Amino acid sequence: MHLLVCGGTGCRASESNLIVESLKRELEEKGLSSEVQVIMTGCFGFCEKGPVVKVMPDNTFYVQVKPEDAAVIVAEHVIKGRPVQRLLYVDPKSKEHITDSKHMGFYRKQIRIALRNCGFINPENIEEYIARDGYAALGKCISELSAADVIDIIKKSGLRGRGGAGFPTGLKWEIASKNKADQKYVVCNADEGDPGAFMDRSVLEGDPHSVLEAMAICGYAIGASKGLIYIRAEYPLAIQRLKIALGQAREYGLLGKNILGGEFSFDIELRYGAGAFVCGEETALIHSMEGHRGEPTNKPPFPAESGFLGKPTNVNNVETFASVPVIINKGWEWFSSIGTEKSKGTKVFALAGKINNVGLIEVPMGTTLREIIFEIGGGIKNGKKFKAVQTGGPSGGCLTENHLDIPIDFDNLAAAGSIMGSGGMIVMDEDDCMVSIAKFFLEFTVEESCGKCAPCRIGNKRVHELLTHITKGNGTLADLDRLRNMCNVIKDTSLCGLGQTSPNPVLSTMDNFMDEYVAHVTEKRCPSGQCRDLMKYTIDVEKCVGCTACARGCPVNAITGERKGPHFIDQEKCIKCGACFEKCKFGAVLIN
Amino acid sequence: MSSIKIELRQQDVDKINEICDSFNNEPLELINVLHKTQEHFGYLPAEVQEVIASKLNISTAQVYGVVTFYSFFTMTPKGKHPISICMGTACYVRGAEKVLDEFKKELSLQVGQTTPDGKFSLSSLRCVGACGLAPVVLVGDKTYGRVAPDDVKAILKEYA
Repeated sequence: MHLLVCGGTGCRASESNLIVESLKRELEEKGLSSEVQVIMTGCFGFCEKGPVVKVMPDNTFYVQVKPEDAAVIVAEHVIKGRPVQRLLYVDPKSKEHITDSKHMGFYRKQIRIALRNCGFINPENIEEYIARDGYAALGKCISELSAADVIDIIKKSGLRGRGGAGFPTGLKWEIASKNKADQKYVVCNADEGDPGAFMDRSVLEGDPHSVLEAMAICGYAIGASKGLIYIRAEYPLAIQRLKIALGQAREYGLLGKNILGGEFSFDIELRYGAGAFVCGEETALIHSMEGHRGEPTNKPPFPAESGFLGKPTNVNNVETFASVPVIINKGWEWFSSIGTEKSKGTKVFALAGKINNVGLIEVPMGTTLREIIFEIGGGIKNGKKFKAVQTGGPSGGCLTENHLDIPIDFDNLAAAGSIMGSGGMIVMDEDDCMVSIAKFFLEFTVEESCGKCAPCRIGNKRVHELLTHITKGNGTLADLDRLRNMCNVIKDTSLCGLGQTSPNPVLSTMDNFMDEYVAHVTEKRCPSGQCRDLMKYTIDVEKCVGCTACARGCPVNAITGERKGPHFIDQEKCIKCGACFEKCKFGAVLIN
Repeated sequence: MSSIKIELRQQDVDKINEICDSFNNEPLELINVLHKTQEHFGYLPAEVQEVIASKLNISTAQVYGVVTFYSFFTMTPKGKHPISICMGTACYVRGAEKVLDEFKKELSLQVGQTTPDGKFSLSSLRCVGACGLAPVVLVGDKTYGRVAPDDVKAILKEYA
């Protein structure tokens, strides 16, 4: 029997490491340590209900486990074979306790390719990876396939870059392989910068060897002997697990000189990022690896021609690499049978925001937003109404109810005015103000713009100023035209992907929620009641009992009135802090 | 460059030189050198940058350019208990801004500042990847999940 405990960042933040310790201690006390193993795995994906503990082989799935639950799990489940009812997942609709994760709405529609080993294996033990066909694909490539064969398989599989742009991976490899040079490089882009996206980190934390294996396969295919992983310094756990994995792979002869006794040699080094969103762009990433400011440069020349230290360099994202070994093992026919016509395979999404089941999911391309949000995601939190879903992070757009039934793939999302991006998916409900959301993303862009080209550096700052202006109730209809105009110019004239996509959150919210923008500028009203400057607090004299609680709570003495008599708010003095609203026990303070 | 003037002791200079040596004084390794140096000193004041520049044989401007480009590097010392509020999108839509405002109010600090007694510093960061626990606050290495503005006082009390 195995007890799998989630060791992803989310669950560790809820002290899952203490669960491992308590389980081990309980087993020791009962003399069962040799029969039952406790393993800390990578992310299970169901972060909302973490920390998660899974019992194998019967697949029992415990949610929101606390360290003190270890005793009952060992006494009841391990010894007596009875699942602990109170720790099981309860289906929100049927109210039934579900033991097997396969029957949970969250997992039912998922197909796991990139995340195949996350939550199943101990990421710090190479043997467990090997037991699940690990390094078989690399072996197959080296012993049976030529470099051209490997590229051909990847091309035919239809795999496209999971980092955001969706460039065909096989084609990228082919271009790099055709450029002749004494030294080439394979780079793994693990600088996951989209706020709200954490799939790359989960793969690196839960299954680091799959990335190492794929990088070696890529090296074999394009003729490179060196690999570099560019990883955020903010991911200490992923770095630690990568270091362990690199050491083990070298020890087993799966990296280094003459891999598996053949002629092919390949080794991988780690390079650390230092927190710059623009470094997700491949030319910026390469400059950063060379010790410079991470500013992008014009393409061409593409990295495949002249990349790291001027040598041909192939850059792929973590999730792209993680899909490669399976494609080699199971064949391109299998992979390309999943997904839509132009986007094959699966995509990992980080589902977050106002949704019941926050977590990491992997679904076939072509799944609809409705299936993701309402079936897998379990619908909107607190029974609120769905308003929008933001895909693609700060470069993406907000999609609405009208887009819920389009099958998601690279092309359909672009046609709808958003992008796939790295797979962040933030769900918003009726309480979210779309102008504020656009402003939030622009704040991010202004902070992260590298400053190299004027449209992005100056333009986005101006866009942010205009949006602030509007949320403060100072905007006019002419400002809305100016806003759209400026966004289009930034889109057309910026140098790199960051600038070219930065106005997307503004443009898509303007396209889909124009009425909210108009309400802000003409009526000086925020329909969702989020913009503080547009709020107005008043007291309903009918309901006011004159308890004076509001007046005593007001930090600027804006409320006047006699005890036991009705109170009034001086709008000139009011700073809209909301203290009176919170203090009033009679619902007499109104917001409009 | 920085308002803080510090005097480097010989042992500090030796330490920086030692770090540079461990990367063969290779300018390509500048970011790694800065990571190691910040790990040691806690921040990267101008004086430290000058030593690195001369050791790697590059201009101080180049070092300064890199230090100020990346958000991970800081030129001001962090507090004993650095507080970071996640302002990733998931945390934002679940009310992180109100939590941040509460910390600002309680500590009378702006983002990027440190309290005069050096106890707390306040920063916002982009996504720690614990979106299931949104909004998330980090104090040192400890993670607090599902933080409401009302919890702020209690959190600060733990470090009083």
